[in-house]
Amino acid sequence: MNKEEIINKINVFLVEEFELEADQLKPEALLKSDLGIDSLDFVDIIVIIERTFGFKVKGEEMANVKTLQDFYDYVITRVNANA
Amino acid sequence: MNRVVITGLGIYSCIGRNLDEVKDSLYHGRSGIGFMKERKDLGFRSALSGILEKPNLKGILDRRLRVGLAEQGEYAYLSTLEALKNARIDNDYLQNHEAGIIFGNDSSSAAVIESTDIVREKKDTMLLGSGYIFQAMNSTVSMNLSVIFKLRGVNFTVSAACASGSHAIGLGYVFIKNGMQDMVVCGGAQEVNPFSMGSFDALSAFSVRESDPQKASRPFDKNRDGLVPSGGAATVILESYESAVKRGAPILGEVIGYGFSSNGEHISQSNIDGLHRAMQMSLKDANLKPEDIGYINAHATSTIHGDISEAIAIADVFGHHRPPVSSTKSMTGHECWMAGASEIVYSTLMMQNSFIAPNINFGEPDEYSEKLNIVKQTANQDFNVFLSNSFGFGGTNSSIIVKKIL
Repeated sequence: MNKEEIINKINVFLVEEFELEADQLKPEALLKSDLGIDSLDFVDIIVIIERTFGFKVKGEEMANVKTLQDFYDYVITRVNANA
Repeated sequence: MNRVVITGLGIYSCIGRNLDEVKDSLYHGRSGIGFMKERKDLGFRSALSGILEKPNLKGILDRRLRVGLAEQGEYAYLSTLEALKNARIDNDYLQNHEAGIIFGNDSSSAAVIESTDIVREKKDTMLLGSGYIFQAMNSTVSMNLSVIFKLRGVNFTVSAACASGSHAIGLGYVFIKNGMQDMVVCGGAQEVNPFSMGSFDALSAFSVRESDPQKASRPFDKNRDGLVPSGGAATVILESYESAVKRGAPILGEVIGYGFSSNGEHISQSNIDGLHRAMQMSLKDANLKPEDIGYINAHATSTIHGDISEAIAIADVFGHHRPPVSSTKSMTGHECWMAGASEIVYSTLMMQNSFIAPNINFGEPDEYSEKLNIVKQTANQDFNVFLSNSFGFGGTNSSIIVKKIL
């Protein structure tokens, strides 16, 4: 899976599952304050990532994920590590 | 002591998704019972159930507020939305006043079972997501609705088996009567997914008249063969008379009596003394005599033992006065945790609209029900006071009396 495909899949679940608007999904957007994703939403994101990308997130790995770009980068790194 | 009035009603049941549809079904004696093939596939002895349309709340409630709602919570959200609307209560009011919530609910099986299945399969609790914990607890309805509607007063769930909804209203009444709350959102909710009913089906308490589902629930009828499980949600907004008048709210009735008792005997079989004491206590609380009751909404579920006990207890308490009696479970099936609240909604609708809904499928009385004045056909008649009975496993009994404000 290349970077674009991963980013596209992330954007799709943010729109479909988290009901965000596509134009909110700017790489610099802060997940908490700009996109309104709270600590409980992160619990659901772990489930969706497992379903979508096939790997299990460890809670502490998400500690430094602040922006949407951080999130893309984290998933890309993990997907490539598993490849 | 404060007077306690009903200023809002809401309902989502197998005989209608709102008050208008339900009123119409009650008047026309329409059954909401059907056959659920899924139950048969799972090995149920009886696949009969109240049939409900699953609500789609996407676009109505945002995701964070939806994910913690179990099936019965979705029904309760809709019934509460309707009740608040017709009580003329808006978000501003709730943010500036201390309204409470007391709901009856005694299971949330689907969430418990589904989440356990995931843990067993995945062996990783991090793959459960955030919703199951808030769906799986018995307090799921009150905990979610208090957040959704921003309620800031008393907040808890009553788990008292099939009397849960009735006790919830009884306790809301006590809180307001004592001056501890001005408004309490009361109600009851009941899931209908197959997981919620398997263990109950195991008791062989359900009717197996699967060839004719709408004839299966036949409370007080000599040829009944068991109850039909059902569900949904009902909401009753209780408020102090003073608060209701101050707001200019519609007053739909006044709760004037609450009686309760415990049988202290068998876990699943009712007894006459306990039912008798609950009704007597509600009459005493209301300062009424048996002849003052214009209609009894019976608990009668269509089980042989339960119906007989209630018929004897009603005959004992009301004697020769013989007020009209019907069990709306003949149409709705047994709405279990919700029933005590929904039956206050059904009876108040009847009282407002001057009719008594029939006890459908009442073909032939037995030696006990023949002593009661059971309403077989819709009766177009006024009544000013009704008593609603609810009884549950463990021998918990509740009777509520509501009167019309004249």
